[in-house]
Amino acid sequence: MAKSIKVRAKVKGETTVVKALISHAMETGQRKNKKTGKMIPAHFIQEVTCSHNGNDVLNADWGTAISKNPYLSFKFNGAKKGDTLKMSWVDNKGESDSVEAKIK
Amino acid sequence: MNTKRRSFIKSSAAAGAFGVAVSAGLITPRAVMAAWPKAAFAATDVDTAINNAFGSSATTESSDIALKAPEIAENGAVVPITVTSKIAGTESISLLISKNPTPLTATFKMGKGAEGFVSTRVKMSTTSDLVVVVKANGKLYSAKKEVKVTIGGCGG
Repeated sequence: MAKSIKVRAKVKGETTVVKALISHAMETGQRKNKKTGKMIPAHFIQEVTCSHNGNDVLNADWGTAISKNPYLSFKFNGAKKGDTLKMSWVDNKGESDSVEAKIK
Repeated sequence: MNTKRRSFIKSSAAAGAFGVAVSAGLITPRAVMAAWPKAAFAATDVDTAINNAFGSSATTESSDIALKAPEIAENGAVVPITVTSKIAGTESISLLISKNPTPLTATFKMGKGAEGFVSTRVKMSTTSDLVVVVKANGKLYSAKKEVKVTIGGCGG
């Protein structure tokens, strides 16, 4: 898959603020296709992992109620400017993507 | 000269080992996926969802959890939510929307160094209570807020 994650991480004093946008349909499996009347099968991200220097700083389990093209923001301590942050997701169809970003 | 060659071989061997570690890292998401708490996400009411996720539905209301969400959400498909937990030793933050078909929306597990803060956007089917469950030091704490939804976000 093409790069689906946009991540920005910025150090402010002690803490690093991470903001991420993932482009994903996040289908709930409860919507109908209006033309055919058939249900659109569920397709959503189940796992999001974010690690800094090999340490998992955030591990999220998601359900279907996270909005389309999810936005996620969190904070953590202990990072320096120039460190690498890795973020990845896996959805219920087994598709996945990951990206690395430099902390600013 | 020879020592340089030695160290070169050593470092390349180390790089090789690193590569193995990375590919092992790439495999882990699949292993983790098996741990996705299906029963908790499939539960149709809040108590069952909390019970399936944490093994207990007994929560203590806490004023140390700040829940930021709009009073009225015009579009239920995109409701911005920010949770800040000031409880020391916050291990995880879970979001539940009581009137959604499956209330459990997300569980954020804090790793080493992570603060009790998370912000995201969720879908809400109708006006409903938003419940946050924070796990800290083996105990469950909760906070609640009602969000009014003008247009639901679950239908087509």
